[in-house]
Amino acid sequence: MTRIVGFISGSLFGAGLLLSGMLDPTKVIGFLDLGGLWDPSLAFVMGGGVIVNAIGHSFLHRRSKPLIAKAFMLPEKKDLDLPLCIGAAIFGIGWGIAGLCPGPAVASLLLNHFYSMQFVLFLLAGLQLGNMIKKFK
Amino acid sequence: MNIDMEHFTPWLSLYGGVLIGLAALLLMAFNGRVMGVSGILSAIFDWRSTWNERSWRVAFITGAIIMPWLLVRFTGFEPLMRPVVNGVTLAIAAFLVGLGTAIGSGCTSGHGICGLARFSKRSLVAVLIFMATAMMTVFITRYLGIGR
Repeated sequence: MTRIVGFISGSLFGAGLLLSGMLDPTKVIGFLDLGGLWDPSLAFVMGGGVIVNAIGHSFLHRRSKPLIAKAFMLPEKKDLDLPLCIGAAIFGIGWGIAGLCPGPAVASLLLNHFYSMQFVLFLLAGLQLGNMIKKFK
Repeated sequence: MNIDMEHFTPWLSLYGGVLIGLAALLLMAFNGRVMGVSGILSAIFDWRSTWNERSWRVAFITGAIIMPWLLVRFTGFEPLMRPVVNGVTLAIAAFLVGLGTAIGSGCTSGHGICGLARFSKRSLVAVLIFMATAMMTVFITRYLGIGR
């Protein structure tokens, strides 16, 4: 069942990315480009997503466990640390160069074949290195 | 500040965002998991992951890949998809995205959609930082001509 939920969630995620225009790197850069013509769309995507998720979460708080799985698996760290800040900074630089991040890159694999595949391959390589660094930090 | 009225899509982006929020909510409500794409990918490619850990994630990624294709194929929706960089620049950017998201424990879906909805202090800081560096990067590459 968790697999079915996973598939449905992924499908909704992909559909949402497509509909919102987030599969278009130029549109994402348009949001990040404060100096030129500004496209606020990404803020609307985030806003819509966060609000819906937050409202739903307020109902989930009353539960001690999820509807199918045995327990909520939430991130354990609560405090700010250096890896969080440095990692976010590096991520932002890459994102600002390409206008793509993991979700849209994966979601556009069948629509953009080689371009998305190239991104995903190097993304995975970066993930591997990052995960190895985290283990030794 | 001039708004790009030709490309700004308030309603489509809002509805798309709602779908993304629902996707995240579903995953948390039923599977108890944060919808963080980088974390999902990391776990899939971690040799130590068990079948149980890997299978729902593979199902997620499969849905994320297939649904956009299905929608385009069968509804005639023609999304604009205009790449910004190519070749070596693309490779470097992708590598930085992967590196940063692993070290920073999340990306726009994990910290942005999920972390902010949980009022996570860590995610708020992460989002502020990556938005800032992304905007600075765009500014530098666009207006100072570096890397373009």
